[in-house]
Amino acid sequence: MALQSLDIKQRSATTTPSTQVRQTTEVAKLIDVSTCIGCKACQSACMEWNDLRPEVGSCSGVHDNPTDLGPEAWTVMRFSEVELDGRLEWLIRKDGCMHCSDPGCLKACPAPGAIIQYSNGIVDFHQENCIGCGYCVTGCPFNIPRLSAKDSKAYKCSLCSDRVAVNQAPACAKVCPTGAIQFGAKEDMKDYAEQRIADLRERGFAKAGLYDPPGVGGTHVMYVLQHADQPGLYHGLAEDPSISPLVSLWKGVAKPLATAVLAAVSLGSLFHYVTKGPNEVAKDIEDEIEREERAAREREEKEGAK
Amino acid sequence: MTNHWVDIRNADVVLVMGGNAAEAHPVGFKWAIEAKKQNKAQLVVVDPRFTRSAAVADFYAPIRTGTDIAFLGGVINYLLSKDQIHHEYVKAYTDFSFLVSPDYDFADGLFSGYNAEKRSYDKSSWSYVRGEDGYVKTDPTLQDPRCVYQLLKQHYSRYTPEMVERICGTPQDAFLKVCAIMASTAGPERSMTILYALGWTQHSQGSQIIRTGAMVQLLLGNIGVAGGGVNALRGHSNIQGLTDLGLMSNLLPGYLTLPGEKETDYAEYIAKRAPKPMRPNQMSYWQNYEKFHVSLMKAWFGEAATKENNWAYDYLPKLDKAHDGLMVFDDMYQGKVNGYFCQGFNPLASFPNKGKLGAALAKLKYLVVMDPLATETSEFWRNFGEHNDVDPAKIGTTVFRLPTTCFAEEDGSLVNSSRWLQWHWQGAEPPGEAKTDAAIMAGLLLRLRAMYKEKGGAFPDAILNLSWPYRDPHEPAPDEVAKEFNGRALVDLYDPKDPTKLLRKAGEQLDGFAQLRDDGSTSCGCWIFSGSWTQAGNNMARRDPSDPWGNGQTNNWAWAWPANRRILYNRASADPSGKPFNAKRKQVWWNGSAWVGSDVPDFKVDSNPADGMGPFIMNPEGVARFFAIDKMAEGPFPEHYEPFETPIGVNPMNGNPQAVSNPAARVFKGDMEVFGTAKDFPYAATTYRLTEHFHYWTKHVRINAVLQPEQFVEIGEELAREKGIASGDKVKVRSNRGYIKAVAVVTKRIKALNVNGQKVHHVGIPIHWGFTGVARIGFLSNTLTPFVGDANSQTPEFKSFLVNIEKL
Repeated sequence: MALQSLDIKQRSATTTPSTQVRQTTEVAKLIDVSTCIGCKACQSACMEWNDLRPEVGSCSGVHDNPTDLGPEAWTVMRFSEVELDGRLEWLIRKDGCMHCSDPGCLKACPAPGAIIQYSNGIVDFHQENCIGCGYCVTGCPFNIPRLSAKDSKAYKCSLCSDRVAVNQAPACAKVCPTGAIQFGAKEDMKDYAEQRIADLRERGFAKAGLYDPPGVGGTHVMYVLQHADQPGLYHGLAEDPSISPLVSLWKGVAKPLATAVLAAVSLGSLFHYVTKGPNEVAKDIEDEIEREERAAREREEKEGAK
Repeated sequence: MTNHWVDIRNADVVLVMGGNAAEAHPVGFKWAIEAKKQNKAQLVVVDPRFTRSAAVADFYAPIRTGTDIAFLGGVINYLLSKDQIHHEYVKAYTDFSFLVSPDYDFADGLFSGYNAEKRSYDKSSWSYVRGEDGYVKTDPTLQDPRCVYQLLKQHYSRYTPEMVERICGTPQDAFLKVCAIMASTAGPERSMTILYALGWTQHSQGSQIIRTGAMVQLLLGNIGVAGGGVNALRGHSNIQGLTDLGLMSNLLPGYLTLPGEKETDYAEYIAKRAPKPMRPNQMSYWQNYEKFHVSLMKAWFGEAATKENNWAYDYLPKLDKAHDGLMVFDDMYQGKVNGYFCQGFNPLASFPNKGKLGAALAKLKYLVVMDPLATETSEFWRNFGEHNDVDPAKIGTTVFRLPTTCFAEEDGSLVNSSRWLQWHWQGAEPPGEAKTDAAIMAGLLLRLRAMYKEKGGAFPDAILNLSWPYRDPHEPAPDEVAKEFNGRALVDLYDPKDPTKLLRKAGEQLDGFAQLRDDGSTSCGCWIFSGSWTQAGNNMARRDPSDPWGNGQTNNWAWAWPANRRILYNRASADPSGKPFNAKRKQVWWNGSAWVGSDVPDFKVDSNPADGMGPFIMNPEGVARFFAIDKMAEGPFPEHYEPFETPIGVNPMNGNPQAVSNPAARVFKGDMEVFGTAKDFPYAATTYRLTEHFHYWTKHVRINAVLQPEQFVEIGEELAREKGIASGDKVKVRSNRGYIKAVAVVTKRIKALNVNGQKVHHVGIPIHWGFTGVARIGFLSNTLTPFVGDANSQTPEFKSFLVNIEKL
């Protein structure tokens, strides 16, 4: 939703220069999976604060409910039962928008001002500008945005930008009973994560670490993982949600599929090309190509797997 | 809780057993996480299922449902045989040295004095040896084979790691690892807290399971200390308040007890409840019983309670037999009950064997349901297909539904697990015609009283003379009732030690229960609440978070019973000379002339340690009991008995068919016959709660229904394979009493256990669904559960029974 009290860093498909004057702190939500008990208070608070009321669903044979993210379910708990060296672990990950520093959704979006990034790092959808094309869904390396059948607009976690704008923590962080969800300046969150990781290593989780994937420029939702070397254990959390721009540029352009896709997706980037010059555009387009290509590849793999 | 929620953070080891704190108490569980984060605590979970608590635990050990005494008995054996106990503590603060009657015996799974026909014990041999001075004889050297220490050692020597594995299915290495972690708190520098809930209470031997846990904590010196204790996590925001105020059929407020029908003599009634010390220099605090009792009777009957009429003793009902919930419903089932009032209670879902409960309700002439919601009980007569397959035409019960306010729609206090009385303020107006419970009860009283006045009756005195001094007799206000619980002076009260010193003027609120008198000069509605609303004001409304000692006690936040004491038995945190065992976690200590500390001393403040008064002042012994003498129904030492529906059919601890299951548990006629056996129902079932829901309430709430919409049961992968069940399949779960249908959740978190040479599978059955509300309609899970309870408390055995399961 539109919100005027936060500075906007970038808007989708827009040439207007971003504001430069005010200094804002980069924020982040830290989700410590090792102290999460999967109580879903965060899901409940998200629904309450954001006035979301999904339909009463059904049990599909797991504890996850709603069973997937949706236009009315901006965060869901993902429960994964894994056995490592004979030891059972029930890994419970709060899924939702990662608020990438380099947001694929925003880059892919052709609708002016439908996706914006605030100077504090939050990536927000302004549904009044959304044209329902679904490019954000394709552009997202984490499979987060969902189109609503009710109004054909895309929805996802706003990191409670309305709360953050008035110095309140997101609703999920506010209610988390165990403190597994922390919110604050990104630097402070990293410091806190260090402590948690040290504790986990002492308890035998040698590979404990912070998930702040550099491939998307880092994220404003980070995880402390017991097994940071295997994010895939956590219900398929992306191992490396980005590929080097240089590699992808050439690889992308070399592939006919990518070239074909280029025409389709680059409309929104045209303004960038005009105003900011070829280097910027090349990077933007190349990212989009890469994402399209990877999405297509993943779709193919999925089809193949079936 | 002996301790309190925040204190969990002081623990070095947190044992979650007989509960699933992360699931059922997610907010309080914060403190277990804080213990891990701030105190490097180890979190250990012992449970049939790998639970949400286990998900964040450092170590998890599986256990077969209903075998906790075997497990904990094994821990006792481990601690004693490895001598990893807190020697100074157990020697000075427990009954270790007490000599037990030569007639006491234990053989073939039975204690001395068993009467098979009555399913009960003659407990006379479960007693101490007394000296000529009347005091209990002791052997401080602990060498006498009849001292409690030696008997304890002997009794639990049978609970070997092999036996634990055979009964519980817990692999020995996992069991021994848990033992080692627990034993690490035997020294004074470390402490362990035990968090339990219905996983320990809802068994036919639940009280004894809790006792076994307490015994482990005593051996380790973990009672009375910060980060220690045996901590019951209460399931309802005010269920602690319910028991505190005596809303049990045999209790009066403050854990005073109703007389039995043979107790017609007032002096004998008091004498029996005010025991003389069993050892020299002991306090035996219940000697004050009469002060509490008389003050209660003054609160209830005012001027009508006089010394001449024994403080209205005859107004009190005298119990002819137990009238606990199971008994009442059995009586109802026999057609012996005409009317039933359900106040904030949904018994059709909350007692066992729904079929029997529904049939019982159908025999009532009238049923009154006071509740904010349309509960299953209030709709018991309505047909909901196979979820409630009844014929309304054949049910003659008139049902009255009286809509009540819920807690957020009224002022009042809630007592949490920490024993804190916290005042709360009305947050919303009640909807529609909803009335407070107080207004409804007042309306009933006033009409009954008018009828008695007009028409007379068999014994109108108690109703006519009930003191009813409220501003609006039609609706006593929460502040008035709260002040009544605290108590006030009825005359000018002078200090008995200094008759010139005025303590309280007539009409003033009392400062605490130490001011209560047995001469009718004080009134007090619940002695343990005395101090909660003094002349200084409402202490329950205090909200000062300051924590000057850094131990999380916040003594000026709300008010804790008794006497704002935050950790019970805290005298035991100091050594016999009065010096804290652990200088880092000081609770109370002797400063040379008085007991002082960060907490309110649970002790006589001027008792010099040299006088040897014991820290367990509520016991006439002054010490804690390993040997329970006559206090428990099934024996002075906890012994493993199988659940009434046992998957193995025998008790590996004995070869006695009379002692397979709790020999002293009450079983009604007709209920024994509908216990299932492993032949037809081979799987061990257990019921439990989910974090997304609260009992049968939140299925009426959209958001909770979204988070956990549909009834399911959990089974392990191995059983699923055997039965051809896949996750998401619909299954039918049957017991000998009925069936439910649900979605199958197939999980790695429930593993088959090897028990007594056979494989035992568990079926996990969450409660929460029913035929009212906005969640998907489901079956009441108590359709399956057996109608039998704990031998002492009659808490139903919801945690251990037998079922079969099939794919639909």
